[in-house]
Amino acid sequence: MQPAPLAIRTAPPLLAIALRPLPLPLLSAALTALTRSVAARHPSLFRRLGPYSTARFVLDPTDLPFVICLLPDAAKPQVALHRRAQQGDTKIAGPLAALLGLVHGAFDGDALFFSRDLVIEGNTEAALALRNAIDDAELDIGAELQALSGPFAGVMGQAISVAQARTGLCLTRPDQGEWI
Amino acid sequence: MEIVCPAGTPASLRAAVKAGAHTIYCGFADETNARNFPGLNFDRAEMRDGIAFAHRHGAKVLIAINTFPRAGAEAIWHSAISDAATLEADAVILADLGLLDHAAQKHPGLRRHLSVQAAAANADMINFYAATFGVKRVVLPRVLSVPEIAAINAETKVETEVFVFGGLCVMAEGRCSLSSYATGKSPNMYGVCSPPSHVDYREEAGELKARLGGYLIHSAAKGEPAPYPTLCKGCFTAGDQSGYLFEDPVSLNAEQLIPQLQKAGVTALKIEGRQRSASYVAQVVQNFRAAVDALAAGRPMPAGLLARLSEGQASTTGAYKKTWR
Amino acid sequence: MKLTVGPNQFFWKADAWAAFYDGVAKAPVDHVSLGEMVCSKRMPFYQDRIADALAVLQAAGKTVALSSLALVTLKRERKMTAELAEMGVEIEVNDLTALAHLPAGTPFSVGPLVNVYNESTLRWLAGRGAVRLCLPPELPLDPIATLAATARELGVEIEVWGYGRVPLAISGRCYHARLHARPKDNCQFACEDDPDGLSIATREGQPFLAMNGVQTLADSYACMALQADALAQAGVTTLRLSPHTGDFGQVCLLFRDLLDGRIAGAEVAAALTAQTPRPRLSDGFVRGARGADWSGAVVA
Repeated sequence: MQPAPLAIRTAPPLLAIALRPLPLPLLSAALTALTRSVAARHPSLFRRLGPYSTARFVLDPTDLPFVICLLPDAAKPQVALHRRAQQGDTKIAGPLAALLGLVHGAFDGDALFFSRDLVIEGNTEAALALRNAIDDAELDIGAELQALSGPFAGVMGQAISVAQARTGLCLTRPDQGEWI
Repeated sequence: MEIVCPAGTPASLRAAVKAGAHTIYCGFADETNARNFPGLNFDRAEMRDGIAFAHRHGAKVLIAINTFPRAGAEAIWHSAISDAATLEADAVILADLGLLDHAAQKHPGLRRHLSVQAAAANADMINFYAATFGVKRVVLPRVLSVPEIAAINAETKVETEVFVFGGLCVMAEGRCSLSSYATGKSPNMYGVCSPPSHVDYREEAGELKARLGGYLIHSAAKGEPAPYPTLCKGCFTAGDQSGYLFEDPVSLNAEQLIPQLQKAGVTALKIEGRQRSASYVAQVVQNFRAAVDALAAGRPMPAGLLARLSEGQASTTGAYKKTWR
Repeated sequence: MKLTVGPNQFFWKADAWAAFYDGVAKAPVDHVSLGEMVCSKRMPFYQDRIADALAVLQAAGKTVALSSLALVTLKRERKMTAELAEMGVEIEVNDLTALAHLPAGTPFSVGPLVNVYNESTLRWLAGRGAVRLCLPPELPLDPIATLAATARELGVEIEVWGYGRVPLAISGRCYHARLHARPKDNCQFACEDDPDGLSIATREGQPFLAMNGVQTLADSYACMALQADALAQAGVTTLRLSPHTGDFGQVCLLFRDLLDGRIAGAEVAAALTAQTPRPRLSDGFVRGARGADWSGAVVA
């Protein structure tokens, strides 16, 4: 029996084009703010990284014109975007949809890796630690953005819905109902 | 039949309970359990909350303390057992003789299961563990065929639990030092086989080469699946032959054998994968829960939907069919 | 320190098997454990020679034990194991099934395939009657020393895997049969052509493992020639030599001379690697490194 391949969409070329002229320092600052907010709301994520909380992670959305460098360091996480390849302790590369799907629990990291939708280079243990920590944190980037938006949370929520519908990317965590 | 599900993180535990798991197994975040991977497992507070969550929803939690305590450091394992008792775990899963003896003496009220790491592969040995240490359930090693499992159940009162899905040990569990031979880290003592700290992936001449401890385990051409470099599923050469000498990069899927396993007297079906994601756990649990519910209601078994979650995207029924040997 | 000869791990012709033990009878070793540890299907080929071998070894002043199978699944294997316990000879337990058949308090040996990693397990086994115990070959020196101290207190002899291809795993599947595309039940004894196991290399030609039916061994031969002093200091009482083809009498002599201080470890290693077939040596496990590492390797 031939199993069905994972349906990983690549980001629409328009998204890549739209992102190209954006000033990277501005995006970096916004992502750093987002990451710090995540760190404050999910302290266990950084605890789970253990010895790798000070590692340098390079996340490479292969269908976008930049790579993301993440220095988790619980107290002061930093995110920086770069146009060109960056050195890090470990690099996780794959289509943006795969990376976002991983964050939102839509895909299983091992399955993405076996199918080579995701490629790890460098310290494999660090990459696995990050994947496991993120999986446990049950992040919802949409909700995190709303949390950051203060009084504009409602507007942000609508914008995220529109973006999700337009790009087909998984920007929020599927609702699982309330389980206490 | 009881579905026993893995949880590497609190999120996976909750996902498994929501997906219909009867029982969850998990471990503390240290070398006392056989899935000691970075970023996985539970600290004491997470375990307390996880057990409380499962109990509120009618599920049980088993704590795997199934490595072999290191000489001179047994206290780490002893405190894991006493904490499991305090946190009201429904059972502990143990493999080591000394640890079983300790648990039986010091915590007689804490239910004891025999881990697959003890590789108890016949009724004499299982009954011996039951008589000596009061073991109530045994997780059978993945070396037995279904008729052999039936024969064991006919000769023992100890409940049997068998693996039905996930990674497949080709060797008798708990009796394999391949990984320490290549990396210096013993699965039996540190709880990790083919440790990611010793994995190296490299693109060479258009192929993705996966090495463990410097040994080439396999290489994948572009577009081919790239399984994790688990030693016993590597591609090697012996004499004039090359190939997967021990096992192909497949994972176990005994979904279609569930009716036979039930007839063989098996109590619980175990899913491997504490290193897998919460979403994976949820999907697998839903499938298996649907299968056992269908079986209980006399409906036909649903067709398998799990293949794409499998390692290398191919599956086997392993030793359950005798031809595997 | 004393020397033990462990059970032959490989499938040898009955005559070669019997001749080997005639040689061991003359070798400077103290204890011999023999019998089938790996595959029950091999037993019929030489089991009628075991009684003679036992007699020859005992007449030569060796203590002897009969090894149990390492993995017992079939009815026939359970019966074999139960009968072993009734033979009135000391048993080397290599799977706890054998223990289930031994009345508590009967003295027995524990082989290297039983998981003895800590003091509690050692105490428990001694309480059941264990008098001699070969530690798992993957144990590093520190735990060996801790266990040896406990063993001395309990009056149990502690052996360490001293020489020979290291047993790494046992399986329900026969790799020799798989290699020859035969079912295990009709294996036609594919393993008999490899009296020291069949070497397995990586696809880059790096020697790695060896197959021996249902057993997987290291490609390298563990060799404690350079670790003998450290092991003696750690309180180890005995080194275990595992049977191989080639001049095994010389292997025994070399280790006896080493333990008696007549030659140096490096000379022993040199002499062993000059044997036919030429073994690659390792001692990484004891040093807490990769099992495959060899401390005698020349640093370039």
